[in-house]
Amino acid sequence: MTFFYILTGILLLGNGVLTALDKNHPRRLPSSLFWSIFGALFILGDWLPPLVCGALVLAMSLLGGLNLVKPKQSDEGSLNSRKAGADRLGNKLFWPALCIPFITLVGALGFPWLKNHGVNVVQGSATLVSLGIACLVSFVLACVLTREPPMQGLKENSRLVDAIGWSLLLPQMLATLGILFAKAGVGEAVASVVGEVLPKGVEFWAIVAYAMGMALFTMVMGNAFAAFPVITAGIGIPFLINDYHGNPAVMSAIGMFSGYCGTLMTPMAANFNLVPAALLELKDRNAVIKAQAPTGLLLLLANIVLLWWLL
Amino acid sequence: MMDAVNYWPLLGVGVVIIGFAIRANPLLVVTLAGVITGLAAALPFDDILTALGDGFTHTRTLSLILVLPLAVIGLLERNGLREQAGRWISGFKNASAGRLLAMYLLARELSAALGLTSLGGHPQMVRPLLAPMAEGAAGKAFGPLTDQEQQHLRAMAAATDNVGLFFGEDIFVAFGAVMLMHSFLTAKGINVEPMHIALWGLPTALCALLIHGCRVLYLDRQLANGKWRKAP
Repeated sequence: MTFFYILTGILLLGNGVLTALDKNHPRRLPSSLFWSIFGALFILGDWLPPLVCGALVLAMSLLGGLNLVKPKQSDEGSLNSRKAGADRLGNKLFWPALCIPFITLVGALGFPWLKNHGVNVVQGSATLVSLGIACLVSFVLACVLTREPPMQGLKENSRLVDAIGWSLLLPQMLATLGILFAKAGVGEAVASVVGEVLPKGVEFWAIVAYAMGMALFTMVMGNAFAAFPVITAGIGIPFLINDYHGNPAVMSAIGMFSGYCGTLMTPMAANFNLVPAALLELKDRNAVIKAQAPTGLLLLLANIVLLWWLL
Repeated sequence: MMDAVNYWPLLGVGVVIIGFAIRANPLLVVTLAGVITGLAAALPFDDILTALGDGFTHTRTLSLILVLPLAVIGLLERNGLREQAGRWISGFKNASAGRLLAMYLLARELSAALGLTSLGGHPQMVRPLLAPMAEGAAGKAFGPLTDQEQQHLRAMAAATDNVGLFFGEDIFVAFGAVMLMHSFLTAKGINVEPMHIALWGLPTALCALLIHGCRVLYLDRQLANGKWRKAP
């Protein structure tokens, strides 16, 4: 696992160096600094004291948060050269791309199987290690197929990392915020406020409060896993189970899904909503959320009806 | 009974809500919310920095998943991957953007339900393959796409990947969410079989398939009616 952290770190540092070398860059120094710190933290994260890491993370967030991180001049080749590539290589282009999920799948299923048979090859998550191996194999395949030098791979990586920009840091910051919220007792405060205002004795409103509470608190936290224990302890168990004797399996399954409806509608779920918008080069960074909102709202409604009916 | 709950940390939640309401840079909002929450809970600044550093180190996999596939995808894109994806789909007679997305939704939800959550994803599937294919299919049927149509198709492709993943994964017993719910309920003295939690996820999973499936199929009609072609 450490190997892939270092590899990712090198790719990010590489972007820092390429940014520093780009003389026409509008924000050369801060952008280069951002990517270099990001890469360095990936490589040194396990060895530096957490306090130093924290200070560096804070510096990075400020660089990104004050809009000082900008992309380089992007060069993805001319449309003609891309069309020529598609003519020359045809469907062969799909092979390396499909290799990534295929090898990941084989590894994710294969490594645990090997482990059960007494051969323990990987440390850490089998899926993540498989993804890393898959990317390496596909990279070699892509270089051979397109006859591009590996150095071009670093440049292409840097082009796409630039397209994501500072929002690459966001999912990690949100996960950290979740930890801080938990430490500070935000969940207990929210559950206590909801418990105060909830009218007693009406099952339907308790159901609505539970489903909506899961969705809304997930929207604030960006993560249904963080919302579930809080809202279930604050609303679910005292009202739905103790007062109305609901089925806990139904409550938790549909409750968690109500949280996922919230995930569809919040910028706090950055890795699902904001990062793809940047990756797909959408002009409106909330475009993915807007596309999902009708599905999220209708499903939340469906969840309330299902809870009312099945609980 | 004394009310021992400390309401000050709610300031952090307030920062998040206000920050997004005034459309400030999300990274800045989240960082500020973190620092303010820590201070409101009377944590020393050193502890807040340590929490930031620890949080970053322990969540590195989130960025790793995003960055590692990019070199491969970039190389292939430079050599026409997206163009080829569009071409390939337009070779099919009955292909349409809506049908393609509906098929992908079904495949993504089923594979996620089987625990194969890493078969899709935005860097390795949506950007290089799914979105260009949807654009290719729509372009073949309705001629060159307008900017707005292209943007909307891409957003819907990303949305479809999310919906399929979210509402598939909870009906697989070994997935983290089911185990999390199970261990939480057990800790509260409520005994529930993980299998039952996974099974009661099915009704919502079907609703998700139905609702989002109808929405993407309806997309074809919206495109045919020129919804995103009229002057703004």
